[in-house]
Amino acid sequence: MTIDETGLKSLMLAGLDGDAASHRALLGQLSGRLRAYYRGKLARIGRGAVEAEDLVQEAILAIHLKRHTYDPAEPLTPWVHAIARYKLIDFLRRTRTSVADVPIDEADNIAAHDDNVDAESTFDVRRLMERLPKNMRCSIEAVKLDGLSIAEAAKRCGISEPGVKMSIHRGLKTLAAMIARETQA
Amino acid sequence: MKTDELVTLLSTNLEPVDRRSIARTIYFALGAGSIVALGLSLVGLGVRADLTTAHAFMFLVMKLAFAFGIVGLALVYLTKLARPGGERKTPSFLVIMPFLVIVVLAAISLALAPSSHWEKMIVGDQWLECLISIPIIAIVPFAISMWVVRRAAPTDLARAGAFAGLAAGGVSAMAYALHCTDDSLPFIAVWYGGTIVLCTLAGAALGPRLLRW
Repeated sequence: MTIDETGLKSLMLAGLDGDAASHRALLGQLSGRLRAYYRGKLARIGRGAVEAEDLVQEAILAIHLKRHTYDPAEPLTPWVHAIARYKLIDFLRRTRTSVADVPIDEADNIAAHDDNVDAESTFDVRRLMERLPKNMRCSIEAVKLDGLSIAEAAKRCGISEPGVKMSIHRGLKTLAAMIARETQA
Repeated sequence: MKTDELVTLLSTNLEPVDRRSIARTIYFALGAGSIVALGLSLVGLGVRADLTTAHAFMFLVMKLAFAFGIVGLALVYLTKLARPGGERKTPSFLVIMPFLVIVVLAAISLALAPSSHWEKMIVGDQWLECLISIPIIAIVPFAISMWVVRRAAPTDLARAGAFAGLAAGGVSAMAYALHCTDDSLPFIAVWYGGTIVLCTLAGAALGPRLLRW
């Protein structure tokens, strides 16, 4: 039941340097742990697995968008836990459940088994993306879904390369906000 | 949508990240806030006329040292508290040091003076101006700090807000010191210290509302 701090941290550091495979592995492993964490928390207040999956995806997006806030001098686990816990409290406030109903525990309890990788969340990112402004949608589709390079995406969307990068960043942030709104029960 | 698809989406064509951007942005924000505060103080209030005298200069330096100490400490903590989980292992009691020092110095200077001077030393001539000016000058630095701190994703919003307020109050006190002609340690302790504490409390109160991300 112990979280692999060293392994995850080295994946995180490689991901910060731009190594996509490491980043993918990191998010994959963390999503399993987050799933177990949120299911445990939500089960205690009678919420289902779908809501847990929404939270997993919110937390994964936050971890991705806020990865520049990780200080490599510090261990990774507390940073992840702080985000996971913040998103949980935020979710409970949005869905008007008293925070007092949920026991919030200490940093090391994120580690747990992952039993159902196939769970789906309530929202569909592709459907949400249709609501994004054109440049953001085009940039994310080109680079993140179709795997084009920044230069190819710039040509396809008819904007500059820095414009593509900024559109992706802003678009993901907007998506995260939409997901948060979408999961309001 | 499956979480796995989201993970794939986020990892495709990953961009490297600048790890030092948090500290740099916060320093930059406070720098910009200081410029605005200085401008407001110089244009709105003007530099004190007697700055060429040694006495006035000495007190200006003292006020600046007090404010600098606060801003410096606030910055150290703010760069930690702005990050997720930054409140962990960050005992922030050290931040009362500048206040403690000024209160002790003020007490000594009161003890050395005859009690008939005490009221003048504490209340000064412009206590009301000080009480109003420092929070007003602090507004812009506070807004800029809150904006950058929010983007960094703090998870203890009240504490992060308090430290943004503290830093803004310190910056504002630096700017106001250029104008202020009340030269006594008890005055600095009560009115500078008090208004900076006020800014801190305001930050703590506004943090949970303004810093949500």
